[in-house]
Amino acid sequence: MSEDKKTPTREERIRYFDGSERVATIVDEEIPYPDGKLIVSRTDIKGFITHANQAFVDMSGYTREELIGANHNILRHPDMPAVAFKGLWDTVEKGEKWQGFVKNLRKDGTYYWVKATVIPNIRNGQLMGYTSVRRKPSRSKIRESEALYATLM
Amino acid sequence: MPLNLTVSPDFAPDHISGWFYFNTFLQRQLGIPIHLELYDSFAKQREDIRQGKVDLSYANPYDASMLVRELGFKALAKPKQKTDETVIAVSAHSDITAVEELKPGSVLATTDDPDVHTMGMIMLESADLDESNIELKTLKNYVLVAKSLLKGEADVGFFLKQGYDELSQLIRSEMRPLVSSQIGVIHHVLLAGPAFNEHQEALSQTLLTMVDDPKGQGVLKNMGLVGWEAMSEEDTEFMIDLIDTLVE
Ligand SMILES: Cc1cc2nc3c(=O)[nH]c(=O)nc-3n(C[C@H](O)[C@H](O)[C@H](O)COP(=O)(O)O)c2cc1C
Repeated sequence: MSEDKKTPTREERIRYFDGSERVATIVDEEIPYPDGKLIVSRTDIKGFITHANQAFVDMSGYTREELIGANHNILRHPDMPAVAFKGLWDTVEKGEKWQGFVKNLRKDGTYYWVKATVIPNIRNGQLMGYTSVRRKPSRSKIRESEALYATLM
Repeated sequence: MPLNLTVSPDFAPDHISGWFYFNTFLQRQLGIPIHLELYDSFAKQREDIRQGKVDLSYANPYDASMLVRELGFKALAKPKQKTDETVIAVSAHSDITAVEELKPGSVLATTDDPDVHTMGMIMLESADLDESNIELKTLKNYVLVAKSLLKGEADVGFFLKQGYDELSQLIRSEMRPLVSSQIGVIHHVLLAGPAFNEHQEALSQTLLTMVDDPKGQGVLKNMGLVGWEAMSEEDTEFMIDLIDTLVE
């Protein structure tokens, strides 16, 4: 059993909502979600990261300095359909809670799945930004999401 | 009319006297009468809080949300080096080695502690388990949760980490943790209601300097705390936002 199992790697262009794009190296290898942890980040009202907890730093593969101030789409995986994020933004901009399963791209090109909940941060009646908290998703939900997202690409 | 102080019912029984000493300490420092009311039921305590019968509360993070957002309480301080974490454990003799191996129909022993129960249920989601496909046994305390695991009456149990760590060595040796949360930013908080407004400054000062006072140190020790740390309004709002993402 000494087969050389090289993980397939591909270059892919990711197109963002604002028209910008980047070419990312995608490695089809899943990094398991850490047990017992919550991945927490906050953004300003435009989606630029203002806070990242240690679990977020560890799982994303970026340093905290790289994350703070970056657009949260730094984690966008090309297998995620744009419509999923349209749903996210439409929901939170109405002041409501959004929940969904997201495949995230790490700095090294590998990926991890999360169940994410995003809520608006209201202070004295004013929208100040958003908080996202991720937890470990079940295998069956990941499979369902993969199948669904493939039809939405 | 004395002001009313209460404590989230999840305190360890060993620390009951500590909370009475704390109340005496506060009354002496602030020069006002304060009545301490303890509850053994989260639901009953919440009902009294809603009816305005509480002015100062050492609240669990879940109730903090209601106290701050609905009832206008303000966070004054949090306990130093003490976050709330949840342990999911099975009997040492169980075949289960990971949460994902738990099957629908499993019997879960839990308490009515809202934080521990909420976090525990979140950690079961990765096994596709929720309240619709497991059998819940809600027990009075963590000793009873442990006992039901040891007797084979439950397959899996939820514990406040501190509650788990405070069980006897003998009981712990008969159990095995499957997962222990590492959230780090969810904790209890001392909240003051509107009736405390005029004493708020003095109260904050008293709390933050407790560690410098020999009597205060003794009181803290009896409460199982190492000290208090100031909490800003934004720290509190952040924690509440976080909890809002975890509850339905
Ligand atoms: C608080 C918050 C957290 C977010 N977290 C993620 C995330 O983890 N991964 C992700 O791909 N997009 C996340 N998004 C959505 C991104 O802002 C963005 O919409 C998405 O990556 C798609 O990129 P695009 O909208 O620039 O096309 C988050 C948005 C908010 C407000």
